[in-house]
Amino acid sequence: MSQQEPTQSRNPRRAFIAAAGAGVAGLGFTAIAPGLHLMAVGEANAANQDTNAARKAGSAASPAVRWGLLIDANKCAPGCTKCIDACHTENGVSEKLPDPRQNSQWIRKIELVDRRNGRKTELPMMCQHCANPPCVDVCPTGASMKRADGIVLVDRHTCIGCRYCMMACPYKARSLVHVPLTEQNPEVPRGQGCVESCTLCVHRVDKGQTPACVESCPEGAMVFGDLNDPSSAIAKRIASVPTTQVRSDLRLNQAVRYQGI
Amino acid sequence: MATLNPRHEEGFFYLLAAIGGLVSAVGVGAALYMEHSGHVVTGMNNQIVWGLPHVFAIFLIVAASGVLNVASMGSVFGRTLYKPRAPLSGLLALAMISGGLAVIMLDLGRADRIIVAATHFNPTSVFGWNVILYPVFYGVVAVYLWTMMERRMYPWMKVAGFATFIWRIVLTTGTGSIFAFLVARQAYGTALLAPMFIIMSFCWGLAVFLVVQSTMYAWNGLTLPPLVLQRMKNLLATFVAAVLYFTIVLHLANAYFAKNVAFEYFILFDSEFAAMFWLGQILVGTLLPLALLFYPPTAARALWVNIAALLVVVGAYFHLYVFIIGGQAFPLDIFPGYDVKSSFMDGAVDHYSASLPELLLSLGGLGIAFTMTTIGVRILRFLPQDDFAHMEAAGD
Amino acid sequence: MKLSRLLVTAVAAFIAVSSAPTFAGDGGRTAKPLVEIANPGKCVAPAEEMRRNHMEMLKHQRDRTLRAGIRGEPASLNACIECHASKATGSVLGAAEGGKGRNFCESCHSYVAVKLDCFECHQPKAKFKAAGLKP
Repeated sequence: MSQQEPTQSRNPRRAFIAAAGAGVAGLGFTAIAPGLHLMAVGEANAANQDTNAARKAGSAASPAVRWGLLIDANKCAPGCTKCIDACHTENGVSEKLPDPRQNSQWIRKIELVDRRNGRKTELPMMCQHCANPPCVDVCPTGASMKRADGIVLVDRHTCIGCRYCMMACPYKARSLVHVPLTEQNPEVPRGQGCVESCTLCVHRVDKGQTPACVESCPEGAMVFGDLNDPSSAIAKRIASVPTTQVRSDLRLNQAVRYQGI
Repeated sequence: MATLNPRHEEGFFYLLAAIGGLVSAVGVGAALYMEHSGHVVTGMNNQIVWGLPHVFAIFLIVAASGVLNVASMGSVFGRTLYKPRAPLSGLLALAMISGGLAVIMLDLGRADRIIVAATHFNPTSVFGWNVILYPVFYGVVAVYLWTMMERRMYPWMKVAGFATFIWRIVLTTGTGSIFAFLVARQAYGTALLAPMFIIMSFCWGLAVFLVVQSTMYAWNGLTLPPLVLQRMKNLLATFVAAVLYFTIVLHLANAYFAKNVAFEYFILFDSEFAAMFWLGQILVGTLLPLALLFYPPTAARALWVNIAALLVVVGAYFHLYVFIIGGQAFPLDIFPGYDVKSSFMDGAVDHYSASLPELLLSLGGLGIAFTMTTIGVRILRFLPQDDFAHMEAAGD
Repeated sequence: MKLSRLLVTAVAAFIAVSSAPTFAGDGGRTAKPLVEIANPGKCVAPAEEMRRNHMEMLKHQRDRTLRAGIRGEPASLNACIECHASKATGSVLGAAEGGKGRNFCESCHSYVAVKLDCFECHQPKAKFKAAGLKP
């Protein structure tokens, strides 16, 4: 693994705090260091109030951030496909092939029945944006990649269409584009012979918006935000209610978490 | 024994080369058609992502490495019987790996930018490792052939042979690891696959070698010396039994794990793959050849040994089909403990049928290997010369 | 030294032979790229530099945007398309208005026979609204 998950220790805010603490200690002002700590945290939190602000033009995605989704399966309405429609519209997924298995699957609804008690649940399934993504490990050209802020993407400029990532993905989140395309969204390039998957609407996130699926959900079943920021809505929810990472036994540390399964 | 009339013989060679060339050209044409229309014209989809081309390509690549076994027996393990056969084994290895790689590369979604695989390298990818393993394999085998065919290079033959032997083991470990390193698939993801692929390569490579060797002897109106036949058929039987052993261990281990029982039941009893497994892989590809190779009346005759070798090759295709396609047809267990349903094959078994273009592309790989072998044998001295000299001296 | 001189001679000879028809008169029959600049003077760099380096600019920008997530750079394929798309057809590809020549990107690329790979994936039309799949 060349890229590790952005951890708390690499968070610049934390780094600043540590540096400030060390500097103060070095100058012999150890006694007032705790006060400085509080101040630093307070300022940082104020700056992070709006975690979803558009990134400044010319600045790179930050490893201090880790974008994630929390999906509440209890709220996901049976038969509702609003998130799928919104995703397809936003990302220009418009091909309808005679063999539906050859269509791209950016997001799909899965109906679950618990074998132990017969409880029924529905939930949307998409790229889980793993911290240790198998698709990135297996890609021969490095086209499958994880951005600094944890979003897993396919670089179509170097994807050769070998489909090894599709074999490696535990969630069937990746699709090969089986036909030439002409109806792409200008902000979401996609084309024949390359593999693709959910981008967490990276083009919207960079503008400070939330992914199309999150915005479209009438039940408010999806929360988007920075998992690394303890003050974000998503981090607070994850800290307070039990949530699941699908196939957590694989230790891939997904950025998409589910509640109620 | 009468040899072919030289004029007829030459015509026959051109005919074979033309047939091989035509099959290869049709294969390349099919790949261009797939490239133009997209993979929509194949039977592959987003559930079964690797299909018939991968079955053919992996057979050729695995057997290419195994066919070198004959050379290693001679130069690494000092078995004089195999030494004269080493050049042919080297040529076959190069021809088959070329056919296999051509199919894999032409099946890519963006075959036009294959060069990217050479310019961008990901050290964590098993495919990435293979991008290094294959070209070095070509180089090592080419040098080995040179040391065998150029008198001045003879002193280096043993070193080159040993390097080839090591590299071949590494190469097939790389091929097996393509599947062994898949974290989430019930059918794959076990380290057993690396050694299993090596023993499969020994078995399939030797079977191919036997058939090609017999064809070349027959072409020249000769019969294989009984001792050679005896040794090689015993070796083949040993390898067939070893593959059977690995197959049993793999399936036993899977059947033992509760999480894999459903998949084992599917592949062994409850799918279109069950018949392919029991009839194709086990009966035709394993038990029948073993019987032919051990039953004294058939084991002593070149014809039956060759039939046994051909059956091993047929069985190998069933083996890979069940392994590659069957492994993907079974639904991925994303939510253990739940019954699942979706618009995209969750909880449902997928069915695959190859389309004509992908079949033609697959056959094209065989065509490339066949053409390279035919031409190579013709322009260079790849036949076990010692045998011929020996036989001609005996007035045959 | 000898080899390089031989190579240079061979290349020169090849250019001379292959460009012979161009000098053979009848200039009207030789297709020329028909480049129309809809918004002259508004480009991110002078035309000379754009002609030579647009591919390098786009290549480096694409890596920075996709891999590092840097947005809003001066060189951007979408910005090129917004400015250079044909007023009539809305695209940088295909036949130009009135059937004479091709639109901006294609006119030059087909003239110099350089494969244009961008639009295998990128949308060549300005202000295009993707509809998406309705189940």
